Amino acid sequence: MKKLVIALFVFAMLAGCSSNGGGNPAGDGYKIGLHYELTGEVADYGNAELEGSKLAIKLMNQKLGEDKYESVEYDNTSSTTEAVTISTKLVQDGVIGVVGPATSGASAATYQVLDGAGIPVISPSATANNVTQKNPDDENSEVYNSVFRICFEDSYQGAAMAQFAYDTLNAKRVVIYGDSTTDYAKGLTQAFTDQFHKLGGTVVATEYYVAKDTDFNGTLTKIKDMTYDALYIPGYYNEAGLIAKQARAMGIDCPIIGGDGFDSTTLVDLAGATALNDVYFTTAYTTVGASDALQAFIDAYKAEYNKEPGMFAALAFDATNLLMEACEKAGSNNPADIQKVLVDIEFDGITGSFSFDATHTPIKSVLVVELVDGVQASAVSVSPKM
Amino acid sequence: MKERGIFNKYNAFWLATILVIFGLLFGLIAAGVINQVYLTVLMGIGINIILAVSLNLIIGLTGQFSLGHAGFMCIGAYAAGVVMKNVSSSVGGVLLGMLIGILISVVVGLLVAGPTLRLRGDYLAIATLGFGEIIRIVILNMNITNGAAGMVLQKVVDWPLIYIMVVLTLVVILNFGRSAPGRACLAIREDEVAAEAMGINTTKYKIMAFVLGAVFASVAGSLYAGCYYVIKPDMFTFNKSIEILVLVVFGGMGSITGSVIAAIVIGFINIFLQSFSDIRMIVYGLALVCIMIFRPGGLLGTKEFSYSALYKKLTSKGASK
Repeated sequence: MKKLVIALFVFAMLAGCSSNGGGNPAGDGYKIGLHYELTGEVADYGNAELEGSKLAIKLMNQKLGEDKYESVEYDNTSSTTEAVTISTKLVQDGVIGVVGPATSGASAATYQVLDGAGIPVISPSATANNVTQKNPDDENSEVYNSVFRICFEDSYQGAAMAQFAYDTLNAKRVVIYGDSTTDYAKGLTQAFTDQFHKLGGTVVATEYYVAKDTDFNGTLTKIKDMTYDALYIPGYYNEAGLIAKQARAMGIDCPIIGGDGFDSTTLVDLAGATALNDVYFTTAYTTVGASDALQAFIDAYKAEYNKEPGMFAALAFDATNLLMEACEKAGSNNPADIQKVLVDIEFDGITGSFSFDATHTPIKSVLVVELVDGVQASAVSVSPKM
Repeated sequence: MKERGIFNKYNAFWLATILVIFGLLFGLIAAGVINQVYLTVLMGIGINIILAVSLNLIIGLTGQFSLGHAGFMCIGAYAAGVVMKNVSSSVGGVLLGMLIGILISVVVGLLVAGPTLRLRGDYLAIATLGFGEIIRIVILNMNITNGAAGMVLQKVVDWPLIYIMVVLTLVVILNFGRSAPGRACLAIREDEVAAEAMGINTTKYKIMAFVLGAVFASVAGSLYAGCYYVIKPDMFTFNKSIEILVLVVFGGMGSITGSVIAAIVIGFINIFLQSFSDIRMIVYGLALVCIMIFRPGGLLGTKEFSYSALYKKLTSKGASK
């Protein structure tokens, strides 16, 4: 028995050493760390983003005519603990910058390590409010020097929808029916309510559901008897799809509005095409009225992976290109030089053109997409009046 | 049998072992052989050792199948998190939070243990699972814990503190296992009815073991909060309890040595597989299946490593020659 234990021990030690031997902390080469959720709960996002990032690197290398940039990929298993370990590993690997993670929790766990090492991190989709700041509870706290993101904040998206509902849909009274268990939905609810009140509208009632609920008839019956012009559902497509279906079946025919959590084909599968009329949601990405650059990306993505790209792939494509563009502009593979370029960069990406504000969050407008029979029919760009 | 005092050669051996390992780690870290990556992994292993050993006390030594361990870890983590955020973001803050976490865990542990430990087997597992979730959902809906978003914290705990806590946990739990209440727990594990017939107050000892296990789970949670930057309620779902349970089963239910080895081995397997994310879960699962097929009792079964046994073995071998 002891022999077995000793053998296992030796094996484990050897395993540890062998992977250690390859590490080269010196910053030669142009390695880009891809730090994504490839397995675990949010593996969908991570894998889509990995594909977007790899495509960006491939196209950039083709454009440059040499294999200049290479990727170092790690799976943080959707766990913040693992995200910390991987961040220390990426520092050891001597990357010029990191793209990822996809979610705000894992991102927050990596920032202190990577920022401490002065390595730029660009998150494609960490949307939580103030996540680029050292104390996310305080919007005036210090901003991490090396942390950037290319998506808008939850609060910005909620405010944009309030603006759209008030101005375009002419809704003066709104009922909110949101998820009480996710930070995302709570952020959206708060921002929508604040902005809507500011504009002079009334939030008639705020009801909550719990993620993974499937029967919403009880609350919807209550909502049905109220007087309102639109129903706002901050939450993800799994529940939003079912709520839309059950609401329409019950005869609630006002506009249903939501956030980018609606942006999934699953929404149509769950709600059925007929229920998805007069539905609007905010997003950072749509293929409706695609620009040439976006169309080129869609074609390249289809050729590479044989499927349609989604929002996450597009954001990761932009984030990776942003890092490489900054690196080219800096003309150096020193993370500190790249960070300096990033702060003032004017980036022209497939999800829009933007520069960074003081919190390293992009200044860009939000798209509001209308669904007709479950299909994205039109998109308008909205900026909330702050 | 003659009484052994605290100052005997075996305890001296153990003290020497503790100091040698500490010195070794210190030297390797100072020399840069253990880099930041491995240090992070080692700290994770340390926390897992505390979790596995404390769960083993409940499952392995006392035979009570608890699935609520992550709940107590959650209490410790949030107690430390709240103190760090509102009082002081320092080692002192973590220790104060740890103390508060321990107190809350004792109270909650008693509340949980009272009604549930009268249940057995599957019923107990489901009841503790439920309580673990209740703890998590309460924390999810509190304002001071920042709800679903969790808390972003500074890293203030360094490895020596974790090492000290691991040693402390091992000393307390190993000694508990050999004390009179510990023997009573073993008796309950072997046969609850017989133990009761022998006059053991089974409920009392089960509660004792459960609360002690809960306290150390909470300590591990506080340490986690102090060195992993982010705590969120969704880290402490019953999946986390299962992860800890896997460590216990892997090492052998009833063997504290086994739990320690399992935490170390699985920690290293994890880091070795980090570069192969596609097959990671497959290999991990396969390793567990193999252990269960070839060693159904876990790596060590119920065996413990002890200097006194080693000494006896060596001397008896020497005598037979």
